[in-house]
Amino acid sequence: MKLNVNGADHEVDVDPNMPLLWVLRDELGITGPKYGCGIAQCGACTVHIDGQAVRSCQVAIGDLQGDVTTIEGLGTPDALHAVQAAWVEHQVAQCGYCQSGQIMQAAAMLELNPEPTDADIDAVMSGNLCRCGTYPRIRAAVKTAAANLKGA
Amino acid sequence: MSRVGKIARRTFLVGSAAIAGGVAFGYYMYKRPAKNPLLDDLAAGEAALTPYVMINAEGITLITPRADSGQGVYSVQAAMIAEELDVDLDQVKVDPGPPSPAYYNTALAEEAAPFRPTNEGFTAESARGMMDVLMKFLGMQVTGGSTTVPDGYEKLRIAGAVARETLKAAAAAETGVPVSQLKTERGAVILPDGTARNYVDLAAKAAEIDPVEKVVLRDPSEWRLMGKPMMRHDILAKSTGTLTYGIDAKIDGMVHAAIKLNPRQGGAMISYDDSAALALPGVQKVIPIKGGVGVIASNTWYAIQGAEAVACDWGPAPFPPEQAQHWEALASSFTAEAQDSQQRNDGDVEAALEGAQVIEAEYRAPYLAHAPLEPISAIVQVTDERVDIWTGTQIPRFVQSNVAKMTGLDADNVHVHVMMMGGSFGHRLEDEVVKQATELAIAMKGTPVKLTYSREEDMIHDFARQIAMGRGRGAVKDGKVHAFDLGIAMPSVVVSQLGRQGLNMPGPDTQIVAGAWEQPFAIPNYRVTGYRAPQLAPISSWRSVGASSNGFLHDGFLDELIHAAGADPMVERIRLCWHEPSRKVLQAVKEMSGWDGFEMGENRGRGVAFTLSFGVPVAEVVEVTNTDRGIKIDKVYVAADVGKIVDPINFDNLVKGGVIWGLGHAINCEITYTDGIVDQTNFHVYEGLRMYQSPQIEVQGLENASKIRGIGEPPVPPAAPALANAIFAATGQRLREMPFNKFIDFV
Ligand code: FES
Ligand code: FES
Repeated sequence: MKLNVNGADHEVDVDPNMPLLWVLRDELGITGPKYGCGIAQCGACTVHIDGQAVRSCQVAIGDLQGDVTTIEGLGTPDALHAVQAAWVEHQVAQCGYCQSGQIMQAAAMLELNPEPTDADIDAVMSGNLCRCGTYPRIRAAVKTAAANLKGA
Repeated sequence: MSRVGKIARRTFLVGSAAIAGGVAFGYYMYKRPAKNPLLDDLAAGEAALTPYVMINAEGITLITPRADSGQGVYSVQAAMIAEELDVDLDQVKVDPGPPSPAYYNTALAEEAAPFRPTNEGFTAESARGMMDVLMKFLGMQVTGGSTTVPDGYEKLRIAGAVARETLKAAAAAETGVPVSQLKTERGAVILPDGTARNYVDLAAKAAEIDPVEKVVLRDPSEWRLMGKPMMRHDILAKSTGTLTYGIDAKIDGMVHAAIKLNPRQGGAMISYDDSAALALPGVQKVIPIKGGVGVIASNTWYAIQGAEAVACDWGPAPFPPEQAQHWEALASSFTAEAQDSQQRNDGDVEAALEGAQVIEAEYRAPYLAHAPLEPISAIVQVTDERVDIWTGTQIPRFVQSNVAKMTGLDADNVHVHVMMMGGSFGHRLEDEVVKQATELAIAMKGTPVKLTYSREEDMIHDFARQIAMGRGRGAVKDGKVHAFDLGIAMPSVVVSQLGRQGLNMPGPDTQIVAGAWEQPFAIPNYRVTGYRAPQLAPISSWRSVGASSNGFLHDGFLDELIHAAGADPMVERIRLCWHEPSRKVLQAVKEMSGWDGFEMGENRGRGVAFTLSFGVPVAEVVEVTNTDRGIKIDKVYVAADVGKIVDPINFDNLVKGGVIWGLGHAINCEITYTDGIVDQTNFHVYEGLRMYQSPQIEVQGLENASKIRGIGEPPVPPAAPALANAIFAATGQRLREMPFNKFIDFV
């Protein structure tokens, strides 16, 4: 099976039922997307497929259509995406384990809806669990990112 | 000056040791004459150095031995060292422990230094520090958990200051300029003519001279780093997906593993059939282990699929199988025989209740899972000579000795690499996952085995927070709380947790009454009694331990009495509170919330709660609206006093996280047992708070308390009672059992 992740082509030989998450993590060594629940309840595994935020634990590799972007492809420590820059500025992370998913979710939202209201943010981001309770900072960082993207 | 000197001499000796190409500064700890189980492997008089600062050709490394599971303590510890060392955080590496233990061991053991370290050197000693944390965390000292900051506050600064002064002495020896004319800044000694001698270049010289032992710690008014907002060193990695957590670690040649254990925790496996599992793609092997099987595969997902496909015959649960039996065991523990402690008994409760109109209530707090978002995992590689373990753990010392026992190797040959953790909340004070991975690694000798728990295994085989039951009796008089009598029954967390490590704890378990007996209220007739219920399901420390349940029991019942007296919940708490810093946090939330009574108009209300835990007084006000779809939490105000706030941003983040943790579990989380099996297997039935329910939270940190304390746990206990009290204010409905969504809807 072939797939494109962060602009690079890969070929893997696995059970077509294997979720994309485990192809990324264990076959390709791309560990930004995290495993938290495996049942679409936590959002830690969120990646973009053709720009849409998707739970990679729910996409069987055999069904994958489109190019995959993980947090590693969104931006890097040297070249941060605006959402990542806002996350750094607000020091959102505690343990940080949920944050790849939170950032991918927020980036996809701002792509579709550059000026989200509080209610929009709540609605879109509520699928992403944070056991450390960083929600107030996530909210603030989303707003900063929105403002910066608008100015850009 | 004298204070610091005394501390240094009483418990530690500050020193230095030469290491390959440089110098290490830290503390020597001696085996004391009195038997100390924590130091069993040091012979009397022997010493081991715990370095906090290491300087060699590679640069300056600050060692931050306390585990970081998201509370930011690596950065906080580094700042405490850097403050006195005169380095900036961008100039140093921060290391939780030895990346290469052998290097430190041999270097420290072989170099003659002012004091000769034993051959166990650094690894064991830093691990021993961790064990201390557990001991305190478990309540063997009244200071309890959240100990990183108070423990390090003086130790780490002294280590930094000793290193700085010794480096100055080295510069003086090299240049002939007297120490009094030398200054330090940004990792260098500055000569009077302005030339800078880098610490790195002075390291070899510093290793040769006697370390300076007498240092004066700077006054907080001179701090450059501490007390000011800091940028945590791991924020960038955590915002870019580039941090390697335990679950992300990869060792060359490793195989992946999953387990299937008896879902009745601790029960035996009678038989198993692995034929279906072995027929699945990617599955290589099925290995029986204690209480279940491990499945080895080429990928975690294959391993999890394989584990699900193994058919097993399980033995019964080693505890009562039905949840109702657990509650019955607690209910029948309010007896003289089961009495564990009665550390609070003011006035004469019985006389005060005699003839009075007695108010009675029963409170319940359920079992809870820790459920850190990163499921637990461990990589173990066993060879004939050594074992390497990569795992996110708070107890590397236990891990080391347990694995040494299992493999028959010396503890010195068991190397624990502590990984970054995606949360813990107490889960990583257990080491079952390492033991299971070790069993598999022994069967796969030479091959690194990475065992990852599925979320379901993580929840089912967690060690739950204790269940607790409180029975209150009280009376009011002249509009005031006159008598308060609270009995609390729970199994002992400490006995359960230490029992798994082969340790026992004699005497009463203060966690049974923590968050209740020590509350600073001058109620004229005031009694708190702890009752020890029989050990039921295995339980473990959960963020704020005993106080996590007892804050609700104590403050919820206090609120009932205050309302019965017709008093104002805020005013009466402040009136009753005799402890100045505690009263000030109550006054602070009163002002922040504009408190003018518990009523806020139709369908709205506010509640206040207070808990002193881990030495930290915390008051919280919760405001709610009773909408037609259920309760909506509008706003939370929190004030807490930790004596000194090291990093205001991290403080704010931890307080908010603690409130959200407390509210989320109070609203919708519980662990229950049916047929000996945990009913809740994943986040669909164990949600906690999500963004849409997460209220605005205003935080104020006070600094009136005399001792510095940690903030990881204390915001948790008052959250649930503040919410229950607010719901009472808005609806008249009194909630006495968590989770609250069993009784009332939430938006
Ligand atoms: S792991 Fe995919 S949503 Fe939780
Ligand atoms: S930061 Fe720990 S789970 Fe979100």
